[in-house]
Amino acid sequence: MDLLKREVAPILPEAWKLIDDEARRVLRLDLAGRKVVDFVGPRGWKKAAVNTGRLDLLPEQPVPEVSVGLRRVQPLVEVRTPIVLDIMELDSVARGAADPDLSAVVTAAERVARLEDLAIFNGYPAANIAGIIPSSPHQPIDVAAPADWPMAVARAKEVLRQAGVGGPHALVLGPRAYDELSAATDDGYPVRKRIERGLVDQLVWAPALDHAVLLSTRGGDFELTVGQDLCIGYAWRDKPTVELYLAESFTFRVLEPAAAVQLRRV
Amino acid sequence: MVEAPMAHEGYHEPYELLSDGTRNMHRALVSLQEELEAVDWYQQRADVCTDPELRAVLVHNKDEEIEHAAMTLEWIRRNNAKVDADLATYIGSSGPITQVEAAAEGKAGGGAGPGGAGGGREPRSTSASSSRPSGSGGASPSLGIGSLKPEKA
Repeated sequence: MDLLKREVAPILPEAWKLIDDEARRVLRLDLAGRKVVDFVGPRGWKKAAVNTGRLDLLPEQPVPEVSVGLRRVQPLVEVRTPIVLDIMELDSVARGAADPDLSAVVTAAERVARLEDLAIFNGYPAANIAGIIPSSPHQPIDVAAPADWPMAVARAKEVLRQAGVGGPHALVLGPRAYDELSAATDDGYPVRKRIERGLVDQLVWAPALDHAVLLSTRGGDFELTVGQDLCIGYAWRDKPTVELYLAESFTFRVLEPAAAVQLRRV
Repeated sequence: MVEAPMAHEGYHEPYELLSDGTRNMHRALVSLQEELEAVDWYQQRADVCTDPELRAVLVHNKDEEIEHAAMTLEWIRRNNAKVDADLATYIGSSGPITQVEAAAEGKAGGGAGPGGAGGGREPRSTSASSSRPSGSGGASPSLGIGSLKPEKA
């Protein structure tokens, strides 16, 4: 048995399959960072930190003429959120029910996807994660009106080009920006098509993002390191319910801060 | 004339019942099989070829097939946690291959140290941006989300 202890959960295999499939569906839909950054792993629960290659020299020398340095590493964060499900509802799957109530699975997947993407895009200082947007040295580009999106994206690409960063490019949009851009037209021509056909290689919906960010997906700039990849384990059971959890361990590093620029709808 | 079987004939269960993941894994496994067969064919032809220039071409082609096989195997590793874990145990190991697993488990439990006798994995050099795993690392079965970044054309 491994850390997830799924074997001892009072859940039938067919119900486990529905739970896993539902979580997988929501995660693939909601996770935006994984669609644009480099992925390293998965390396399992034992992966604890990423080597940064840096060394902090200690000021004190216990023995004269012997300098001492402490290796700097970036630790992985472990994320876990509960999923409480009704056991009778899960057992109904064995009786042929095709629509068990798995809303708790959806909620858990949305929560974890939101946390991972917030860390990737906005940073998570307590976890030593700087984040793509706070790390960018470029001034954010303001978008004053829906029809201004193509020009703003073109300016953002130029900012990256002048910083020596090439494509391909991905435009990652928060829900408001995504909806607005999808609905906007310029002289009757859809703004979204103008951006997709001529300006960026990838348009990504990111529910955790407030505005938008244009970044290079050439590789080597942004690195998501995953220890244990997203998984569902068993916590405990009460009489009518069973508590599962969705978990993962990861950290995120910005290796080239200049490879992204934020776009803000004002 | 015997017609070559189409790729989908390798399915042993109804195609429509198989998940996308299983279908793609089937494609990868069949591709790997074909690449390795090609390596074998080129190796044999090169062995018996009497023209030095043609032999050089055959050896070159064999090496290309090895690269194709390695790329396909890497895709399989990234998409199958068990393959990932087993390759991490055996690839780059030293000593008798049949003792590698026991040595690796002994190491995990605080047994044999690095470079100890009896075979085991040598420390692998990795770069900061490497996407290769450093070992199974006590992985639990995951949902298989992994990277969602589109593969480069």
